[in-house]
Amino acid sequence: MTNPRIILLSGDLGFGVFNQYRKDCPSQFINAGIAEQNMTAVATGLALEGQTVLTYSIGNFNTLRCLEQIRNDVCYHNADVKIISVGGGFSYGALGISHHATEDLAIMRSLPNMSVISPCGLWETKMATDAILDTPGPFYLRLDKSFGTDNPLMSSEVFRIGRARVLREGTDVSILVTGGILEEVWQASEILINEGISVKIVSVHTLKPFDDALVTEIVSHTKNVVTVEEHTVIGGLGSAVAEALFDRGVCPKHFLKIGLEAGFSSIVGSQKYLRRHYGMDAQSISEKILNMF
Amino acid sequence: MMSIDTAKLARKIRIHALKMTSSGKSSHIASALSIADILAVLYGKFLYIDPGKPDKSDRDRFILSKGHAGAAIYAVLAEVGFFRVEKLSTHYQDGSDLCGHVSHKGVPGVELSTGSLGHGLGIGSGMALAAKLSGKNHRVVVLLSDGECDEGSNWEAILFAAHHQLENLIVIIDYNKFQALTTVAETLNLEPFADKWASFGWVVREVNGHDLSAMEKMLFNLAEIKGAPKVIIAHTKKGKGVSFMEESVLWHYRSPQGEEFERALKELEG
Repeated sequence: MTNPRIILLSGDLGFGVFNQYRKDCPSQFINAGIAEQNMTAVATGLALEGQTVLTYSIGNFNTLRCLEQIRNDVCYHNADVKIISVGGGFSYGALGISHHATEDLAIMRSLPNMSVISPCGLWETKMATDAILDTPGPFYLRLDKSFGTDNPLMSSEVFRIGRARVLREGTDVSILVTGGILEEVWQASEILINEGISVKIVSVHTLKPFDDALVTEIVSHTKNVVTVEEHTVIGGLGSAVAEALFDRGVCPKHFLKIGLEAGFSSIVGSQKYLRRHYGMDAQSISEKILNMF
Repeated sequence: MMSIDTAKLARKIRIHALKMTSSGKSSHIASALSIADILAVLYGKFLYIDPGKPDKSDRDRFILSKGHAGAAIYAVLAEVGFFRVEKLSTHYQDGSDLCGHVSHKGVPGVELSTGSLGHGLGIGSGMALAAKLSGKNHRVVVLLSDGECDEGSNWEAILFAAHHQLENLIVIIDYNKFQALTTVAETLNLEPFADKWASFGWVVREVNGHDLSAMEKMLFNLAEIKGAPKVIIAHTKKGKGVSFMEESVLWHYRSPQGEEFERALKELEG
């Protein structure tokens, strides 16, 4: 079933991606051109008239390029605009820093009325897409070119915005992860399990609204807490978890934020290569965690 | 809609704006005086609105993109009955919802909050597109300042509105030839301004922005033209109506106080 209220605006990107959609809903697709400020403003205008509007682009183009339109227009008017960006972290690693989305979560998380979702796999991506279309108001959906295996532990599981998911049960260390870098975390957990360490993996797909109580409860059963994100360590998942735990007086024995510490990356590299280079591939993650014990 | 004397309405807007910027010690009186006549024609004659039902779905949409002239829009909204005139005295006072730059929260009749320049036209284009897609007949009017046209986001929207043939969109430019530090010509020259809009595919008209009947006639004529968005370049005087404020960059910032306030009020009250 198609929803006639939905309009998808693309910033002249998504070659081939929308073929089926455009065939099914020709009047609900607009290529707004390479003009993200206007695309976001038009989206606001459409949304204020009752449409549910998606803006689509890659990397930082429909977030940072038009940040003030997102803040003043979308967020202040609480418009039903969903910002969909493909290319979280180093998804477009070899293209250079213009295409590295490594501060987006921190920046979008700080905006009033904005919800922020960063799925770690295909199941969450599908569920999150349905969920945000059913929930009025501004959303940022950060999509990644990579993905982990995020199938529910129990087939009855229901996806809820804001509700972190346990993907692996364990007792020695909790690894909280957001985005496709789950694939590295999963491999790291295999290495750790072979070393006799019991690992809990938690997907925190929603960075905002952040369920402080739930995250605190989930990690309170392990003494060690690690966060992993393909994003600066400033203001993203690691910061959100630290704030939640500290606010509730919970102090893990060890707390480690794994993410980008280098600032800008000026070297050429695939997503895999850059993760390894900046210490957030499976090997680096497992080594850092082994050093805790 | 009842018949409104636009000259009287324009004078009331100017007097309110003067009092509001004086008691609030706020800036931008000259920017508000510049658009008083445009607002009087829009709210007195042209816009299809119902102050008793500010959210009526078939209302015309008006966006003040030059949000720094907030005092003028609040004044006209109060005068035509969207809220009580007494509320105007809270402008710029602690705790009020009448912000210096126009804000919609708690203020019936304000379509959009603005203040950072270059936002209103893109949003107005989205509103016009929504109306066109759903076959609705209401119109969208966006008022820009001249200095605001420095912002590149406007030119993105100008391309977009023409490409999508948004014939239900009318832009009015308050071309008073001054911006924040000096004249437009000395800052980033807009000329040949009309030619620029025409070359982007817009229907362009120029008018004296203080000639009430000419503007009224032009608006109704333009509304009939199909196939393209329209722009009215309204030649105005910054500070219009107060002799010592006219065409002076000083009154972009200065708040009318004491003897200056009294002199200005006397001139406006005639």
